[in-house]
Amino acid sequence: MAIDKSMNVLIVDDYKTMLRIIRNLLKQIEFNNVEEASDGADALAKLRAGSFGLVISDWNMAPMTGLQLLQEVRADSRLKNTPFIMITAESKTENVVAAKQAGVSNYIVKPFNAETLRDKIEKVLGHA
Amino acid sequence: MHDTIPRPGPATADPLARRLGELRAQWPALETAMVAEVVRAVLSTLSGDLTVKETSLLTEVEELGKSIASAKAEIAALRVDEITDAHIPFATDELDAIVAHTASATHAILESCETLDAVANEVAGTEAEKKLQDATTRIYEACSFQDITGQRITKVVTTLKSIEAKIDQIVDTFGARGGEGKAPPVAVVASEADLLNGPQLPAHAMDQSDIDKLLASFD
Repeated sequence: MAIDKSMNVLIVDDYKTMLRIIRNLLKQIEFNNVEEASDGADALAKLRAGSFGLVISDWNMAPMTGLQLLQEVRADSRLKNTPFIMITAESKTENVVAAKQAGVSNYIVKPFNAETLRDKIEKVLGHA
Repeated sequence: MHDTIPRPGPATADPLARRLGELRAQWPALETAMVAEVVRAVLSTLSGDLTVKETSLLTEVEELGKSIASAKAEIAALRVDEITDAHIPFATDELDAIVAHTASATHAILESCETLDAVANEVAGTEAEKKLQDATTRIYEACSFQDITGQRITKVVTTLKSIEAKIDQIVDTFGARGGEGKAPPVAVVASEADLLNGPQLPAHAMDQSDIDKLLASFD
């Protein structure tokens, strides 16, 4: 299935450097419509106000974490089917299990490489 | 064998434990100076004969009081309040500065990388484009160190703050705050070690123009 690279992608991280890195890596694989949010609450407001084909979010953020954001997204009738990739330094089994139970589409552990990001996006959007 | 110490006055039926309980209710907080007071108060309420057991208990309470007083003096002499007043705030400020500096340097690297990406676009379809993009991709990946190290440093700062809170608790409990103990001797002449402080925090640092002005003032 061909991936529509013109879709809007929301990237969420409280580290501005990480937002910039992900944005540039996405640009290299031709995802040019990228919006940024600095925490879960900011992201949720942007998701509810706009139209996004993919969310790539960090976990450890305040006041709303990435996991809480995921739960909100999955509980929202309009947003619930949005592909959601977690990119986080949290690499314990229980984290991955919790994210999966909350309905994460894929999970990338930091530090990550561009190939992993591209593979996960293709996997997630290919199944969307 | 007679196991009581004769005391003047009529014997009372009050058990020692109950009298200690009453006194404890009067001074619920742990006040080390009160321990000796408690012992004295207990003794003053005793109007009958003391059993050997009671005497031994009182001696132990008194010893405990002495130990606490001595611990208090030792803690005061260590000037642990300096740890919370100066050392830990200094360490956390330094760590915060590391996060700020790495963030700023990472943004500078990313900016140059974005320029290289723009150059790659200008030579689209060539071998040079591919090489440039491969190189920038590796730089983007490597730059995620700032996020990882930032998170690790945040954890260290949290640990330092919890140590600070615990020390504060100890200092408060033992009343060892500021100046009760013997201060370490103050160095009169600055040694070279005193001049080796590493990079300063931006708020306290002189910039190049300040240094230039200072140097010029000697002319």
